[in-house]
Amino acid sequence: MSDAATLAPPMPERFVAAATCRHCGTPVVRGGGDFCCAGCAGAFAFIRELGLERYYVGRSLDPSARRPRPSEEPADNAALSAVAASDGTASLTLLIDGLHCAACVWLIERALQRHPAVIAARVNLTMRRLFLRWRGDVDAAPGLVQTVQRLGFRVIPCGAAREAGPSLDERELLRALAVAGFAAANVMLLSIAIWAGFPGEMGPATRDLLHWVSALIALPAVAYSGRPFFRSAMAALRVGRANMDVPISVGVLLATGMSLFETAHSGPHAYFESVAMLLLFLLVGRYLDRRARGRVHSAAEHLLRFSAAFAMVFGAEGTTRRVPVASLALGDIMLVAAGERIPADGMVIAGHSSVDKSLVDGESLPQAVAPGSKVLAGTLNIAAPLRVTIEAVGERTFLAEVARLMEVAERGRARLVVLADRVARRYAPAVHLTALTTFLGWAVVSPWQTALLNAVNVLIITCPCALGLAVPVVQVIACNRLFRSGVLLKSATALERLAEIDTVIFDKTGTLTRGYPELVRDGSFEEADITEAAALAAHSRHPLSRALCRAATEFCAAENVEEHPGEGLCCSTAGGALRLGSRLWCGASERAASGDTDLELWFARPGRVPLRFRFEDALRPDARAVVAELRRLGKKVVLLSGDRTKAVERAALELGIEDWTARVSPAEKFEALRLFTAAGDRVLMVGDGLNDGPALAAAHVSISPSSAADLCQTAADVVFQGASLRAVTQALAVARCSERLVRENIGFAILYNLAAVPLAIAGLVTPPLAAAAMSFSSIAVVANALRLGRRA
Amino acid sequence: MTGLLYLIPIALAMGLAGLIAFLWALRSGQFDDLDGAAGRVLFDDPDGPESTTSDRRLPP
Repeated sequence: MSDAATLAPPMPERFVAAATCRHCGTPVVRGGGDFCCAGCAGAFAFIRELGLERYYVGRSLDPSARRPRPSEEPADNAALSAVAASDGTASLTLLIDGLHCAACVWLIERALQRHPAVIAARVNLTMRRLFLRWRGDVDAAPGLVQTVQRLGFRVIPCGAAREAGPSLDERELLRALAVAGFAAANVMLLSIAIWAGFPGEMGPATRDLLHWVSALIALPAVAYSGRPFFRSAMAALRVGRANMDVPISVGVLLATGMSLFETAHSGPHAYFESVAMLLLFLLVGRYLDRRARGRVHSAAEHLLRFSAAFAMVFGAEGTTRRVPVASLALGDIMLVAAGERIPADGMVIAGHSSVDKSLVDGESLPQAVAPGSKVLAGTLNIAAPLRVTIEAVGERTFLAEVARLMEVAERGRARLVVLADRVARRYAPAVHLTALTTFLGWAVVSPWQTALLNAVNVLIITCPCALGLAVPVVQVIACNRLFRSGVLLKSATALERLAEIDTVIFDKTGTLTRGYPELVRDGSFEEADITEAAALAAHSRHPLSRALCRAATEFCAAENVEEHPGEGLCCSTAGGALRLGSRLWCGASERAASGDTDLELWFARPGRVPLRFRFEDALRPDARAVVAELRRLGKKVVLLSGDRTKAVERAALELGIEDWTARVSPAEKFEALRLFTAAGDRVLMVGDGLNDGPALAAAHVSISPSSAADLCQTAADVVFQGASLRAVTQALAVARCSERLVRENIGFAILYNLAAVPLAIAGLVTPPLAAAAMSFSSIAVVANALRLGRRA
Repeated sequence: MTGLLYLIPIALAMGLAGLIAFLWALRSGQFDDLDGAAGRVLFDDPDGPESTTSDRRLPP
């Protein structure tokens, strides 16, 4: 008997169960049972059956993550990426949505390990991935995926099977860094012994021995740790360009060769320690840079794979099969279940439902669809299953059009060159020229060895440690600061571009507003009415029904509820039928129509006047303050939205934005951005939704809320989480601050070179001086960069 | 100075041991999931470790 299980007091759990679902923690009505839905009850029973109840004791639910509520998604989608190995095993990597803490990891791993065929089940909490290997073939995959789904987690198919850890590139850099660190520390120890002892007690024989030992350590280290630089330098030279890695590679190779020559001829100067330290500093910079990018990447990727990658298609004999979206053909008939995204443009041939188009065109109200209606890919089917015949595939779909516009825009942006690269482009030739001049100058007056030694000194002194280290350190610190406040940088150059902008363009739905409707408490109904209506609304996925459920503090889902897509819900009780839905559906048409396009739900009860619930897509709480702050900073603020004119006008008025346009299509937004750019403005685009994708890509820099659609996530440079729009001004502030630090650091590096290079040219630099100067400049720029962590 | 003849190899061997230990840890995935590893220890079962190994138990 496990001690932990028996000793765990059941008391807190029962205490909690009075108000929240025992499985997922959603509030439920008192006395309405322990669970919010049948799925949670099933998950709870399943976990009980596996004997893993400790999960409930040990977990801590993260309120911002998805609740562990099982959904009825099919498992075959995710299972399709399983691959069979030659040794009779198969493996599968999945992204898991809804991981809260280590208890979730434990639960998933244990539940899968109970399966007799499973060899390994490992969840990586950082990358949110599950790596699974089992004996048998790929047919077992759906069952295993289902196990995870039954526990209440959502799974997302994930490309290659070996994605369960950091990228190969990052690991290689870390290995190179470790080797360089080892070499630098040991060679430095030996070098200090030489510098301290040589003209004194140490004889030339001992010195030569120490030089040889240094060479023994440094040569393999240079060969191994230098590879990232050599490769990059070769790649640049092959296309006839010089990047920062060219002087680095030349300096490292020349200094190593020179030192080896000196050692062999029992000369006094060897630079092994300088070479090893140079590589160490540069690799630290390179690794930090790489890591900051990698982390951002995985965070964004996590949200990226939700799109409908498969479609359910009817075959010849009325059977259905799942096919990848890419292989859909014109005229195929597909079945779209309620709650699924529509995978391709088409026309409805059977079924009545409503479709949420907010991601595609910013329209906040769902539209009713019936046979004959056209539907676009990327829209969400809310109420009931639909049969859709496909009318456009591949290049001609709306999605492909948006993607094409984005590609055009991104190509334009690739031409931008970051400040550090601009400096490096001029720096490299200057360094080479100086070194060459030094060599030629000294060659006239002294033997070629001395001339070469001094030229190598110039190369070592000028090596851009400060430059290579300062920029990544600033970036990592800025990234971390923003990360803590829920802002993710997706592009390495985003900070620099953010600091340059002068115009901010906002989208409305989901950006300035929360992106979902909320009940307006205008006093025309009681709290009890909400509870009663929410009991019906619990049966629908319609955004307004959901908003009603959110507004209700506690409710119990009613029984015998039928949904009539596009009209409303009906519940037959002993006293008559309750109806919740449109004005017409509830028989309220005789009342004076208020004539607006508000979001509303009517609630009719037998023998009582129908009630009206009004909703609105409320502005984010600090939208006003953020717009005012941007104005104060002297930025031009513009609102471009695809929503109805009235809704946009109201938002613009409330926020004090004078320049606004409604009903803008994706192509028009893209065009508007071009006009701004042509006029010389540097535009920051803040938006979500597929309709903003091209505009986000065309802007100088772009920000998206993380609730946004997939395509748009790939286009935005910065993604922020949470309800606060403050992230926009925060990102701007950090960007300005880091921009200043980068400039300061580059200025410092130049100053340092101006002071040290003449010494090197004059032949006054000895190995200890070179090592000290290099360390000092690197430490100085890092210390300067660290100030960013403290500033407001 | 003859002490150097064995002191240097000893120092190098110790440094190398550290380097190899680090590379091994890197290769065996010790740095892959720093967030998860921190919490994993809290859920150590009395019935033995099984997360990375093939050690499995059928439900009782």
